[in-house]
Amino acid sequence: MRPVPRWRKALIRPELGSICGTILVFVLFAMIAGDSGMFSAEGFINWGTVSAQFAIIAVGACLLMIAGEFDLSIGSMIGFSGIIIALLTVQWGWPAWLAIITAFAVALAIGALNGFLVIRTGLPSFIVTLAFLFILRGLTIFIAISTTGKTIIGGVREASEGDFVAALFGGKVFGGFFRWLADNDMIATFVAGPRAGQPVVDGIPMLMVWALILIVLGHFLLVRTKFGNWIFAAGGDAQAARYVGVPVNRVKILMFMLTAFCATIFATCQVMEFGSAAADRGLLKEFEAIISVVIGGALLTGGYGSVIGAALGALIFGVVQQGLFFAGVESSLFRVFLGVILLLAVILNTYIRRRITGER
Amino acid sequence: MKSRFLALAAAAVALTSLAPAAAWAEGERFVLISHAPDSDSWWNTIKNAINVAGDQMDVEVEYRNPPTGDLADMGRIVQQAAASNPDGIIVTIADYDVLSGPISDAVAKGIPVITINSGTEEQSKQLGAMMHVGQPEYMAGKLAGERAKKESDADSFLCVNHYITNPASVERCQGFADGLGVELGQQMIDSGMDPSEVKSKVMAYLNANPDTGAILTLGPNSAEPTIAALDETGKAGQVYFGTFDLSSGIADAIKAGTINFAIDQQPYLQGYLPVVILTNYARYGVMPGNSINSGPGFITDSNIELVEKYAGQYR
Repeated sequence: MRPVPRWRKALIRPELGSICGTILVFVLFAMIAGDSGMFSAEGFINWGTVSAQFAIIAVGACLLMIAGEFDLSIGSMIGFSGIIIALLTVQWGWPAWLAIITAFAVALAIGALNGFLVIRTGLPSFIVTLAFLFILRGLTIFIAISTTGKTIIGGVREASEGDFVAALFGGKVFGGFFRWLADNDMIATFVAGPRAGQPVVDGIPMLMVWALILIVLGHFLLVRTKFGNWIFAAGGDAQAARYVGVPVNRVKILMFMLTAFCATIFATCQVMEFGSAAADRGLLKEFEAIISVVIGGALLTGGYGSVIGAALGALIFGVVQQGLFFAGVESSLFRVFLGVILLLAVILNTYIRRRITGER
Repeated sequence: MKSRFLALAAAAVALTSLAPAAAWAEGERFVLISHAPDSDSWWNTIKNAINVAGDQMDVEVEYRNPPTGDLADMGRIVQQAAASNPDGIIVTIADYDVLSGPISDAVAKGIPVITINSGTEEQSKQLGAMMHVGQPEYMAGKLAGERAKKESDADSFLCVNHYITNPASVERCQGFADGLGVELGQQMIDSGMDPSEVKSKVMAYLNANPDTGAILTLGPNSAEPTIAALDETGKAGQVYFGTFDLSSGIADAIKAGTINFAIDQQPYLQGYLPVVILTNYARYGVMPGNSINSGPGFITDSNIELVEKYAGQYR
């Protein structure tokens, strides 16, 4: 047997396609939208936040997909957890930290139920989570309408004022650094109203911090721990994995709980940032998570993929989505471009992998 | 070979997006941001209006919306628009909580903002916008309810809500209930957007509640399937029927006597006026002193001829 050369080994990594894609996308937008404000501090925060949102749900979706399952209820879970938090804080007057912990607990329980049903019934996860897509969305609208008569519950920001746990999701970090940048005329400041003179960008949103934490932890879990090997094994060949003693069921259920957990982080950050929860939040987000993961090189059939790839997929997605606006492209064409990019990315990934591994 | 094809495809994508970017150089550039999902046809009138105004004023007007109608996504689009430093932003206040941050940030950056459509004059002022062009939703619903009470004496109704996640649409139903002087309760249904679904839900509701006195629909997306439902069950003209907004289907139904009135908030003006006003503000610094109520105006069979010709296009 011939030893595999190092360059060749690097090329079969799942994230290769998304690394090329990221470079391509940045070069492309630097060319066509370089002077439009897209690469100002404000523009950076804008597409960075959107990419971070995609990344948060993509990490969960990625690990679950590597473990061989899907979750189509991610988007509905975002709306559901958001409404729970808003309802408990605004309507019932609970402290924000308790409401947030409760939302996480409920989400984890639903994630576990998703996983349990998939394992117990032997049905495809596509069907089970599709059911939960509708169950959760319907429940969200029902709960909101029947308790408040509205589908948007506002006032969360006021209700969670000064709460430490709430600040963990809705706050910003490095404010002083941006203040300093503004004082030295390196970034733009507000020119009108009561906040004149303050920097337009006053910190890195916690949303981005959460995305980074999840990416790092997810990557570490997948490639540096025994549990990571179990995830690959569960998605690769579940039966073979069971024979060698991998607790496949437990791994899959835990991964379903992880996607629910990620969706709840997404929801909590959004509720804290915008100060309200709405029953239609997170619509179609499940597909956006899956798109990020697929651009990132994971296989739909399981057993192959990477968290770094998924994170880069989220970055590509975010940059393309926001960048097309800065480039002045008609908004109805956005999804055409998105589809084209998705297709190109997947063709490229598949092509590279086949070329390198010699698989047909 | 294959990689050359991919490079070509990527270059093609790059080139097509270059073309509109080049047009930025001349004339002022404005961005109109709505809350409507892609599937909402009503906004076509506003798109036509900004095209007409853009041509007349020789300015660039971009239309942006959250594809699924997710208002948090809309907040992002407002931030994004502000980051691209346009000469003005035209935006709906679909939800004050979500949008107050992004809109007041844009105002604080020194970008002139005009709010349109959803939201109230007071909210617009609080955000620091220059003016509001729109129709007060609750008031429009209430006037519709009072009109229905006077003309039909109905004491129950059905509100077909095709956009239940937008608070303005719930306000319309609530206003109608208050105008009629009845409790809203279960009389508002979440019909969804799909025409055949709306139709069957309306038929089911009318079957279960045969003595329903009046129907209110909130736009073409719920009105047209409801017309079909009434035609099919032979109840057309039997139930007092009011709707928001106009389309060619609604115009025909008014002439046929199926629909008693349509509330026109004149979306054309909501798109057209802000572009003209912002252009004049950018060029000469002039700005009207007050907000503008573009509606409500009632369209009935007595004035339908005027309106009909342009329904769905400019009306």
